[in-house]
Amino acid sequence: MRIVAAMSGGVDSSVAAALLAEAGHEVIGLSMQLYDQREGRASFGSCCTLDDLHDARRVAAAIGIPHYILNLERQFEERVVDNFVREYLRGRTPLPCARCNSELKFDALMERARRLGADGVATGHYARVERTEEGRCVLRRGLDAAKDQSYFLFSLTQDQLARAVFPLGSLSKPQVRALARERNLPVAEKRDSREICFVSNDDYAGFIARRVPDSRRAGLIVDAEGRVVGRHEGVHHFTIGQRKGLHLSAGIPLYVTAINADSNTVVVGPREHLARRNLAASGVNWISGSAPPSPLRVAVQIRSRHVAAPAVLHAQGNDRATVEFGAPQSAITPGQAAVFYVDDEVIGGGWID
Amino acid sequence: MRIYFDHNATTPVDPEVADAMFAICRDAFGNPSSVHHHGQRAKAALDGARAAVADLIGAEASEVVFTSGGTEADNLALRGAAAAAAETGRRRIVTAAFEHEAVLNTVKALGRAGYATTVLPLDASGVLSPERLHDAMTADTAVVSVMHVNNEVGTIQPIAELAAIAHERGAVFHTDAVQSAGKIRVDVRALGVDLASFSAHKLYGPKGVGALWIRRGVRLAAVLTGGRQERNRRPGTENVPGIVGFGVAARLAASRLEKESSRLAALRDRLEEGVLARVARSEVNGARASRVANTANISFAHVEAESLLIALDLEGIAVSTGSACSSGTLEPSHVLKAMGLPSDRAQASIRFSLGMANTEQDVDRLLEVLPGVVERLRNLAPASR
Repeated sequence: MRIVAAMSGGVDSSVAAALLAEAGHEVIGLSMQLYDQREGRASFGSCCTLDDLHDARRVAAAIGIPHYILNLERQFEERVVDNFVREYLRGRTPLPCARCNSELKFDALMERARRLGADGVATGHYARVERTEEGRCVLRRGLDAAKDQSYFLFSLTQDQLARAVFPLGSLSKPQVRALARERNLPVAEKRDSREICFVSNDDYAGFIARRVPDSRRAGLIVDAEGRVVGRHEGVHHFTIGQRKGLHLSAGIPLYVTAINADSNTVVVGPREHLARRNLAASGVNWISGSAPPSPLRVAVQIRSRHVAAPAVLHAQGNDRATVEFGAPQSAITPGQAAVFYVDDEVIGGGWID
Repeated sequence: MRIYFDHNATTPVDPEVADAMFAICRDAFGNPSSVHHHGQRAKAALDGARAAVADLIGAEASEVVFTSGGTEADNLALRGAAAAAAETGRRRIVTAAFEHEAVLNTVKALGRAGYATTVLPLDASGVLSPERLHDAMTADTAVVSVMHVNNEVGTIQPIAELAAIAHERGAVFHTDAVQSAGKIRVDVRALGVDLASFSAHKLYGPKGVGALWIRRGVRLAAVLTGGRQERNRRPGTENVPGIVGFGVAARLAASRLEKESSRLAALRDRLEEGVLARVARSEVNGARASRVANTANISFAHVEAESLLIALDLEGIAVSTGSACSSGTLEPSHVLKAMGLPSDRAQASIRFSLGMANTEQDVDRLLEVLPGVVERLRNLAPASR
C-alpha cells in the first residue's frame, strides 16, 4: 500500500521508512519544515533544521523513495508554538510534542498524505497500534520500555490511529541503530534529539521573551504561609518541582510547589510539599472514542519520564477526569499530560489542571 | 518514463555541450592567463566561447564578461552600476516587483546600503507598462532594472521602450535576460539596453556559468577584488570548462532558435488548450499574447499547487510552482502576487515550462493524468485549511 513516512532526519523515522520500503510498500517520504529557514531565525532550536531536512533527503535517496519537504510553518506556529508560549505565561508547563503529534503529524501531514492517495502515515515512534476484530484501534506502549513514546500519542483519535503506522513499536533503540548501520543509512550514528526541539539550549524563558517582549513581569516568590522569600521576573521561568534558578537562601532546599499566574506569584516549599494524591485533567481524549465506565483501576503517567503509578480514574463527562493515586506523586505539573494505562494499553489522557 | 516540464528552472545539458566540456577538462587544463602553450590553448577556448555568446545576443565579444551565473551577473550589473553612478550623485535604483530574487534582493541590499529604491507594481497581464516606469523616473535615478522575460509566467517585456524612458532621464538600463536567451531572439543593441545578464543552464549549458553583457562605454565598478581577468570586471581564474560549455550551448541555441520556438509554441498551445478544455476552473496567468513559446502558468481553483506538484511527480511528471529558488516555501509566488492575483489563486498555480526533449506524447500524457489528479485533490480539499 501507499504509505507516507514522516521523516525528521533522525535515525528512528529513517529506519521506519526503510523498513516499510523493504516490506514492499510504496513509501513517500515527507518532511515538515516547521519554521522559516530562510531568515535563520535564532528563536528556534534544532527541530527539523535545514540540516535535518537535508539528512531526511539523503536517507530517502539512500533507500530509494521519493521525498518532499512540506511547509507547515503556519500550522506549527498556530497550533504548537503559540500554545506553548501561552501555557508558560499562564504558569503551566506545556507538552508541545504531544500537540505536534495530534495537530501536525497526524492531522496536517495526514491530510497531505490523503491528497497523495496514501493510506497511512508512518512515524518513528516507539508505540504500537493494534486493530481489534471489531475494527477498533488500540494504542499500546512500545515494547522497549526505555524508549516507549505512547505518552506523547494519547491525544490521537480513532481516525488518526486507523491510519497511523509505527514500524518501530516492537523494536528497541539499539536494534534500530543496528538496522540503520546494516543499511548504511547516513544518519545511523546521529545522536538522539532531546528536550523540546524548537527551543535552543533548553532556554524556554529566553524563547518566550523573544516572542513576547513584554512577558517580563516582576513578581513575588512566597512560602507556603505566604511569606515573601524572594522575587522573580515572570512565572514562565518556572515549572513545578524546579529547584535551580530560584536564587533563594534558605536552610533547606526549596522547590517550586505552585505557580499562580493570576497573582503573578511563585510558591516554594520543601520537597515534601510536592507530593499530591490527586489530579484533575481536562481536554481528555479517550482512545476508544468514549469514556470508559468508572471508577476504573488504571496506571497514570504524569510526565514523559515518570513511571505510571496505580490510581483510580473517574471520568467526568466525556472530556474531563479526576485521578486518585494510591500513593502520593511528586510534582504533578499543570500543562503536562496525564495518560491513563491499563497494562500496556493507553485508554486515554488529558491535560493536567 | 519521466517527463520534464520545468525547463525554466533548468535544462538538461546538451550532449554536444557535455562532450565539449569533457574534452576541455581532459585536454586543455591550462590557466588562460598563463603565457605558455597550455595557457594559450585555454585562452583560445575561452575566446571562442566569448564570441559564440556574443553572437547569440548581437554583441561584440569584448563586451561579454563571464560570471558564475545569472545571479552574479545581476549583482555585478546592479552593484557595479550603482557604485559607478553614486559618484555623480545619482542614488536611486528602480526595478519591478516581479523580478527574480537575484535582482530584488540585490536592490533590497542596496537599499540597506543607503540607496533609494523604487519597486514598480504590475497588473494581471504580467507586462510592465512603460507609463509606470515613466511616472516613476526621477532625476536621481542611477539604474533601472527590468527583466526581459519573466521566469514564472513567460511574459515578454517592452524592453526597448523601457530602456528609452530610462535613458531620457540619464539612467543606466539593465535587463535580466536569463529567461529570454535561447527562447526568443535577443539583440542587445536593438533592445537599447546597457547591461544584460545571461545564464548557461537555462539554454542547455552547464550550471555555474553566466555572463554580463556590458555595453562599451558604460561605467561599471567591479564588485569582487582580485586579479585582472575579464578586463578587470570580474577577477578570478575563469571557469574554462563551464564557459566552453556555455559557448557551445549558445551556438546551438542560435542555430535552433527559430525552429524550436515554433515547435514549442505549438506544444505549449496543445498543453494549454488541452488543460483548459479538460480541467474545469483552470485559468492561464499572464497575458497570453506576449509570452515566450515554452511557458504556461495555469491556476486550478481550489487545488493546493504544492500537493498537485507532488502528485504529478509521483506520476513521473515534473512541474513547478513558481521559481525553483523559492521552493519549499508556501508563500504565494511573489510574481503572481505582484500581478495582483489573490493569494488563493496564486497558491493554486502551476508552471509548465517546455523544452527540447518534450514531445506531443509528453503533453498528451499530462492531459491524461492531470484531470484525475486535480479532481482527487478537489474532492479532498478541506474547507478550513
